[in-house]
Amino acid sequence: MAVTDTTVRAAVEPLTAPPRRRRHRSPATWARRGGLTTLLFFLPLLLSFGYFSWWPILRSLMLSLQQTNFITSTWVGLANFERVLADPLLGIAVWNTTYFSLLALVVGFPVPILTAVFLAEMRRTRGVASALAYLPVIIPPVVAVLLWKAFYNPGANGLFNTMLGWVGLGPLAWLNDPDLVIPSLVLYATWAGFGTGVIIYLATLMTIRTELYEAAEIDGARILRRFWHVTLPQMRGVLLIMLLLQLIGTFQTFTEPYIMTGGGPENGSLTILLLIYRYAFVAGDYGRATALSLLLAVALSLLSALYMWATRRWSTS
Amino acid sequence: MTTAGAPSRARRRRPADEAERSIISMMDRRQPGVRAVVGVIGTGVLIALAVTCAGPLLWLFKAATSTSTETLAQPFAIWPSGIQWDNIVQAFAEVDFARYLGNTLLVCLGSWFFGLLVATTGGYGIAVLRPAYARVVSAAVLATLFIPGVISLVALYLTVIDVPLLGINLLNTFWAVWLPASASAFNVLLVSRFLTTIPRDLFDAAKIDGAGAVRIFLEIVLPMARPIIGVLSLLTMVAAYKDFLWPLLVLNKPELQPISVALPRIADNTDLAVLMAAMFISVLVPVLVFLAFQRQFIRAAGSAGALKE
Repeated sequence: MAVTDTTVRAAVEPLTAPPRRRRHRSPATWARRGGLTTLLFFLPLLLSFGYFSWWPILRSLMLSLQQTNFITSTWVGLANFERVLADPLLGIAVWNTTYFSLLALVVGFPVPILTAVFLAEMRRTRGVASALAYLPVIIPPVVAVLLWKAFYNPGANGLFNTMLGWVGLGPLAWLNDPDLVIPSLVLYATWAGFGTGVIIYLATLMTIRTELYEAAEIDGARILRRFWHVTLPQMRGVLLIMLLLQLIGTFQTFTEPYIMTGGGPENGSLTILLLIYRYAFVAGDYGRATALSLLLAVALSLLSALYMWATRRWSTS
Repeated sequence: MTTAGAPSRARRRRPADEAERSIISMMDRRQPGVRAVVGVIGTGVLIALAVTCAGPLLWLFKAATSTSTETLAQPFAIWPSGIQWDNIVQAFAEVDFARYLGNTLLVCLGSWFFGLLVATTGGYGIAVLRPAYARVVSAAVLATLFIPGVISLVALYLTVIDVPLLGINLLNTFWAVWLPASASAFNVLLVSRFLTTIPRDLFDAAKIDGAGAVRIFLEIVLPMARPIIGVLSLLTMVAAYKDFLWPLLVLNKPELQPISVALPRIADNTDLAVLMAAMFISVLVPVLVFLAFQRQFIRAAGSAGALKE
């Protein structure tokens, strides 16, 4: 387009004009007017994103259609996708990941909302309480995961089993029980993540205009009804986006199963990301790994689009 | 905990006493029934938070200073054979822990520097300089925010082991962690959003006074952006400290690994008490930093959330 633009201009303008004029500016004046300095300011961003964001995304699209070793790549069409879909582990990984995400949503999503609402009412202790709630977020996930792995010690003397013993329950096998492994991971993930939610919701709660509560109070709404009819509707924008972000995050869970269980027992905690990791970095099959990454990314994008479309009426913005 | 809580409480008192109200009004609070319920729930929440959030850390401290058999046999016994400070000494001696701490520091500082460099210069370009191509660049940056990170994991790895055009291999260098971390659309967006709130007259006035783009950046933008730079610094450092999968992939050599990668590697063949001591040390630094800069952390988390709306 730029070429035709220049040629048209060159034809229309007098012959004395510089031949490669574009937008009435030559590169020299462009540089003198600060164009070069501006470009220099963009350079770190362009290099960083070019190399480590844009190019890898484009390359993913190509890799998924290629068979690659480090020396040569050959185009194999959709063979990688076929091999992904033919893997009996895929169904297990998809089921585990979905189960994990939905359970994490049911268990983990209301916790920070309720905590934040309570904290908003606690005036003198709010600072201490929000700091406490944020503490698990500060702990490096690797340490927290290793710590919880110790808590989940399946022996009768394990920490959680000892606690269950106080009320006459257990001992449970926790991470060693194929049926209990995902709920155990969800419990950990809820603990590790709820602090972020608390802080974000608390910030939102503080922006709710007090007139709304006063109006509701004058109309005779009791405390619980004020929560239901004023607080929740005022928070819906942030709630909607946090729900989507949580889903996108939990569908890409890796660290917890990788360190706690390695995907076991009996593939009971094999997640999609763990499968991608195994394809790429255990088996060295980059094509297959990228094909699965791409499928997951497309699924998540579709999910986001669908979600945005379905909730567009409730969204505030 | 109490010393750290005190300043924030003092700071919060004033707005709390002013017109601020929430679901429960002052009038409600005068009723004894409401006040009792609020008090009970408030205390309950506080205790629950203390047990669930501070409890594991206290237990970790106890496990770090107990013997392995004590931790395994009686998880709730409080130092039955006295405090074993020796575990912490052993963590440094046996596990080469000082090196992993140093590596973590290097990873954090580098990620912070490059993250800030890209976000501030890029944000300045998009929000203030605004050349013709800024809209395209801005859209391309924003697009990556909506693409799940998993899509480029493998391709990014292949890019890092053979950087296009340059033909160099960054594997087992800190560059492999620093540079990819700097390509964060979120950070760029955070800075450019902030800079658009600065009145443009200020830049025009500086330009009329003869200041070039570089001087405006160094003498106006950077000082004015200090609050957002603080937020960004915390977010990039915490992210670098917490990251696991990426450094696991690109830092294979044990002597280069940060704590997050080294700990799981040594977990299985290290004595439990020594492992717990090592874990405790690696938690201690971020927790102390957090307690010292509590307000900044919470504000950073809050403003990160505001961007999500």
